[in-house]
Amino acid sequence: MARQLSYIEAIREALSEEMRRDPKVFVLGEDVGPYGGAFGATQGLAEEFGEMRCLDTPISESAIVGVAIGAAMRGYRPVAEMQFADFIACAFDQIVNQAATLRYRCGGRVSVPIVIRAPSGGNVGGGLYHSQNPEAWFVHRPGLKVVAPSTPFDAKGLLKAAIRDDNPVVYFEHKYLYRRAKGPVPEGDEIVPIGVAEVRREGDDLTLVTYGAMVQPSLEAADGLAKEGVEVEVIDLRSLMPFDTAAILSSVEKTSRALIVHEDVKTLGIGAELSAVITEERFDHLDAPVMRVTYPDTHCPFAHVLEQANLPGTAKITDALRRLAAY
Amino acid sequence: MPSIKRTKFKLTVDQQLEMLYWLKLIRAFDDRLSVLVRQGKVRSGVYSGIGQEAVVVGTCYGLRRDDCICPLHRDLGTFLMKGVDPGRMMAQMYGKVTGLSKGRDSALHSGIPELGIFGNTSMLGSNLPVAAGLGLTFKMESADNVVLAYFGEGASNTGDFHEGLNFAGANRLPVVFICENNLYAYSVPFEKAMAIEDVAVRADGYGFDGVAINGCDVLAVYQATQGAIQRARGGEGPTLIECKTYRWHGHSEHDKAFYRTDEELAMWRSRDPIPTFTTFLQDRGVLSQESLADVERSVKAVIDEAVKFAESSPDPDPIEAVTDLYA
Repeated sequence: MARQLSYIEAIREALSEEMRRDPKVFVLGEDVGPYGGAFGATQGLAEEFGEMRCLDTPISESAIVGVAIGAAMRGYRPVAEMQFADFIACAFDQIVNQAATLRYRCGGRVSVPIVIRAPSGGNVGGGLYHSQNPEAWFVHRPGLKVVAPSTPFDAKGLLKAAIRDDNPVVYFEHKYLYRRAKGPVPEGDEIVPIGVAEVRREGDDLTLVTYGAMVQPSLEAADGLAKEGVEVEVIDLRSLMPFDTAAILSSVEKTSRALIVHEDVKTLGIGAELSAVITEERFDHLDAPVMRVTYPDTHCPFAHVLEQANLPGTAKITDALRRLAAY
Repeated sequence: MPSIKRTKFKLTVDQQLEMLYWLKLIRAFDDRLSVLVRQGKVRSGVYSGIGQEAVVVGTCYGLRRDDCICPLHRDLGTFLMKGVDPGRMMAQMYGKVTGLSKGRDSALHSGIPELGIFGNTSMLGSNLPVAAGLGLTFKMESADNVVLAYFGEGASNTGDFHEGLNFAGANRLPVVFICENNLYAYSVPFEKAMAIEDVAVRADGYGFDGVAINGCDVLAVYQATQGAIQRARGGEGPTLIECKTYRWHGHSEHDKAFYRTDEELAMWRSRDPIPTFTTFLQDRGVLSQESLADVERSVKAVIDEAVKFAESSPDPDPIEAVTDLYA
C-alpha cells in the first residue's frame, strides 16, 4: 500500500520539500517558528531551516502579508500563514489592493509569488471566529488564485503548485480535514496543477460539484443515491480561481442536472457563479434548475446543535440529490 | 530626540548644484502638470508635491541603484531621481501606453523593480509593511542595501503604519521611514487627528530613533537621511525622520483647499525650499547667474521633451484593460 499521510502532514511535507528545493522559499506567521504553528503545520521547519526562514511574527496579519509581498518582489517565495482563515480579514487590504493589483499597475513587470495559507472551515466547534470559509471574497478579486484541497494528496500537490506559481495564491486548508483526512501521498514532487478539477466518482445521472470538506459527505450521499439507482458524478474543484469550467460543463452535458455543494454561505458564494456559468453555457442541456446546498446566510455559532444545524452534510446533500433527480 | 549634525556628510559643490537641478526639475514637472490639468490635457488626479521637493531630493540624493524606495502619491520626484525617464513619467500621467502602467494608472501606483521603485496603492500606509518585506530580504542576504519608505502624517494613524514599523523595529530591518508631515490629511489638520506635536515620537514605541527636522531645508533632510542610511547599512535598524513641510496646492489639483488660511500658505511659501537653497549657494559664491540660467534652461528642455514624448505616445490598445492580471 502506498504511504499514507494525514492532510496536515502532507502540508508540512510540501513546505519542507519546497524549502529544501528552493532557498528563496520561506514561511512566516504567528507561532510558526519553534512552536511549529497552531496546528503543527510548520513543526520542525525552524529547526531544519533556521528561524530566519521560519519567521515568527507579531500579531500583525496585514504586516505578515505586506512583508511577504515585499519579499516576493525581490524574488523570494514567501508562504504566509494566517493562523485561522477568519483572521485573513485583517490582511484583506494587502491581499486585494497590494498583491492582486501589483502586476497590473506595474505594466506586467512585477510578479508577486506569495502563498497565503488560510486554515478554514467549521465542524470543529470553533465558533464565530475560528470556523469561517471566506474563499469567495478572494475569488471575486482579479489577480488572485484560490485553491482548496480536499485530500492529503492534493494538499501536498497543490501547495507545491501554489509555491511555484508566480501569482498570489490563497490556499484554503480545511481544519476539519487536518487529522481526519488520511490518504496516499507520494514522496517527492507530485504537482497538482492549479485550475484542474478531479472527478472523484463517475456517474451519468447527476453532476455534483464541490470542494474542501464537502467532498467526503458528497461522496457518501452519492453512494447512497446509487442504491436508489441514481448515479452521481462528483467533481472536486480543488481550484476555485481559476476553476475548471471544462470539467463542469462536460459533466453537465452528460447528466443535464447539477448540484453545487459548499460550506461557505449561500448568497454570492462560489455556487452562485458556477450556477450562472452552467446556465449561460449549457442552458439547452439542462433538465432541471441548478441547485445548491450551502451554509445558510448566517454566522458560525459555537453550540454543537447550532453548528450542526447550519453545516451542509450527507443528509442535506442526499435530500437535494433526490429532489434534483425527481425534478 | 537626537540632534542632527548638519555637516557630517560632505557634499561637493557639483553635488550641491546637482541637488539644485533636481529641486528645480521636480518643481517644474509638477508646475507643468498643473498647467496641463487646467488645459484639460492631463485628466488624471494629480497630487502635486510642490513645496515638498526638499524632502524628495534630500532623501533620494545619493541613493544607490540597488536601494529601494516605497514612495507616496506626491513623490513624483523620487521616480525621476531613481532613474525613471521624465518622458515615461509624463506618459504615465497622460495614461499612455509608454507610461509605467501602460495606461492603467495615471498616478504613482506603479513601480520598476530593477530600479528599486515600488509604488503604493491609494490605501495610505499600506506600503510600510511592504517596505519592511523588502528590508527583510536585505537582512536575509546580509546585504547593506536600504529601503526608504515614505508616508504622510495622516498615514501614521493607520494600522499598517503600526504593523509595518513594529515589524521593522522588532527585526531591526534596514528601513528608513520618511514622514512627510505637510500638516493636512486632505482637509483634516494634524491637530484634529493626533494629540502629539511630532510624528517622530511614535518611533519610541517601536524601539528606534525618530527625529523631526525642517523639511524645507534640503541639506537638513540630506544629513538626517544619510545618518539613518549609514546606521541601516551597518545593521543598526530603522529610523523615523519626520520632515515638517507643506503642500502648496490642495490634496489634488481639484481641491481648492478652503480649509486653510491665506496667511498660513503665505508663511509656508516664504519657506520655499528652492530659493532658500539657491540663496545659500549664491551666498557661498558657488552659483553664478550663468549656471543658474543653465539649470533653468536644461530643466525646461527636459520638461518640454517629456510632454512631447507623452503627447506623441499612442494610447494603449483596449486589450491592455484585461492583460497583466496574472503572470
